[in-house]
Amino acid sequence: MSVPATVPRARIGIARLPVRELFGTALAGLSTRRLRAALSALGIAIGIGAMVAVVGVSSSTQANLLSEIDALGTNLLTVTPGQTFSGNNVALPHTALAMIAHMQHVAGDVAVYQVPSANVYRTPLVPSDQTGAIGVDATGARLPRVMGVSVATGHFLNAIAGRYPEAVLGAEAAQVLQITHVAGHLLIDLGNTWFSVVGILHPILLDSTLDSNVYISLPVAQRMFHIGANPSEIYLRANVNHVGGVSGLLAPTADPQQPEGVNVSRPSDALEARAAAKGQFTTLLLGLGGVALLVGAIGIINIMVISVLERRSEIGLRRALGATRRHISLQFLAESAMLAAIGGVTGLALGAGATQIYASTKHEPFVVPLYALIAAPVAGFLIGVVAGIYPAARAAQLSPTEALRT
Amino acid sequence: MNANDTALALRDVVKEYPGGVAALRGVSIEIGRGEQVAVVGPSGSGKTTMLAIMGTLERASSGEVRVRGRDVAAASDADLAGLRAHEIGFVFQAFHLQDTMTAIDNVALGMLYTGDPLKLRREAAREALERVGLGPRLHFKPKQLSGGERQRVAIARAIAKRPMIILADEPTGNLDSASGAEVTRLLHGLADDGATLGLITHDETVAAGFPRRLQMHDGEIVADVSA
Repeated sequence: MSVPATVPRARIGIARLPVRELFGTALAGLSTRRLRAALSALGIAIGIGAMVAVVGVSSSTQANLLSEIDALGTNLLTVTPGQTFSGNNVALPHTALAMIAHMQHVAGDVAVYQVPSANVYRTPLVPSDQTGAIGVDATGARLPRVMGVSVATGHFLNAIAGRYPEAVLGAEAAQVLQITHVAGHLLIDLGNTWFSVVGILHPILLDSTLDSNVYISLPVAQRMFHIGANPSEIYLRANVNHVGGVSGLLAPTADPQQPEGVNVSRPSDALEARAAAKGQFTTLLLGLGGVALLVGAIGIINIMVISVLERRSEIGLRRALGATRRHISLQFLAESAMLAAIGGVTGLALGAGATQIYASTKHEPFVVPLYALIAAPVAGFLIGVVAGIYPAARAAQLSPTEALRT
Repeated sequence: MNANDTALALRDVVKEYPGGVAALRGVSIEIGRGEQVAVVGPSGSGKTTMLAIMGTLERASSGEVRVRGRDVAAASDADLAGLRAHEIGFVFQAFHLQDTMTAIDNVALGMLYTGDPLKLRREAAREALERVGLGPRLHFKPKQLSGGERQRVAIARAIAKRPMIILADEPTGNLDSASGAEVTRLLHGLADDGATLGLITHDETVAAGFPRRLQMHDGEIVADVSA
């Protein structure tokens, strides 16, 4: 056998393990036990997948609600009477609507006047205390356009309504009165007078308090019920680019003498807040995901401890080949971390898939928050590191003489 | 003997295990650079313990151990690991090859903890495998090799980093006599390059080939014979 001369090394070196080699070693360690690695990664995948799905589904729902709100318009503003600093109730001046109508960037406006003296009954035979909590409001023909709502059946108050006792029902009022359509000559008892029902509105999403009202025209209300000239609410659409500016000027415009007695609100804000609340992940579901994750982490600890016991001779060999205790513990930490990180990535795919299925069946937009894309693998990796601490410490404590045992 | 010429020095080394079992009861020995020493003795006489202490796999309970002049007792775990990574090559009775790795990767693993880059380690591994006559078997996995060939891979792993000291624990114990003779011949040839060789054996014919033989009994060296 030809034996080239070898010159023994003279230097005394330190034991080193470059990071790339560390992860290569860890990957090789995992790939020799593929099925076991896959099963223990699955535990983490299910936990992370559940969490991603919860976050994804609620984000999709939220995105859907927000797009519905956007369709309704976020430029609707409401002006209502408020209180002065001294706590006195202030009515809106009768000039308020005309003043607001003259503002710049106001696209459409309508006032609503409460008719406090009138109750609505299906017939006069209904006992007078069973009002059904239906209010009566006088308003103009522009209400449906300003509120972004259409009639479900019939038509809204038009020019003729100013002369005749005609009424339009809000969606909820119609339900209480058990009226579903306006075919034929349908009458209700409104303030002891027969009113003809000419239309029923769809639900008004931007201000659902309006749904329980019955609407009559302002001239009829003034003539029959002698209501005052002070509006109870004014609704207006601002130019979308000037909502903030218009909103700020509304109070002094509506009531220049007592602007502090005027409330201005933006109904879409409340809806957006509600959408955001609906978009919040259900704590219970997240908790379940967390439990799955915990079980997965324990599974990894378990499998890594078994692995350490099985690989005693490999660990002994590595120690004999010059691995420090730290190298051994890092190897097992890296294996555990990679295992769980693979589980995290798989879980992300599972969760995104579940969200996709949910979103497509509900016809909602598919949304998985960007942070989940980063958080899922990182969370897996960190869980793996934590789960690996104990097995790695055990591996490092094994004696280097293990390799000498046969 | 000059300290620079001493590869291994043990003085009054005692190794006791928990429970009071003494595996070594005061062993003193010096092994010079390039020396080839066979250790013989019955089972339980302390051969493997002495080898583990020489190879810094274990620390002595008392006494002094110097490996190439370095005091083992004073060295940290990482220091000793560095010593093993660069200067000591082990050959085991059970080979301890990684079944999933090819011959060349098993040999390259032997240099993993030197911190040398993979390319360099594989080059050294190829060279070492050629030296042990396994040039044509570089990419075979252990299961595809015979017992003798496996032990030759293990020897290549021990020598690839060109250690100063090679320690072998019953390297022929699992081999038939022909393979055993081949492995022994190989070890002699390698040590001729200047590395110190310590070898434990049961086999009198293997021991007879060594210029120096230590006879152990009950944790003591009872005979130190130089031919």
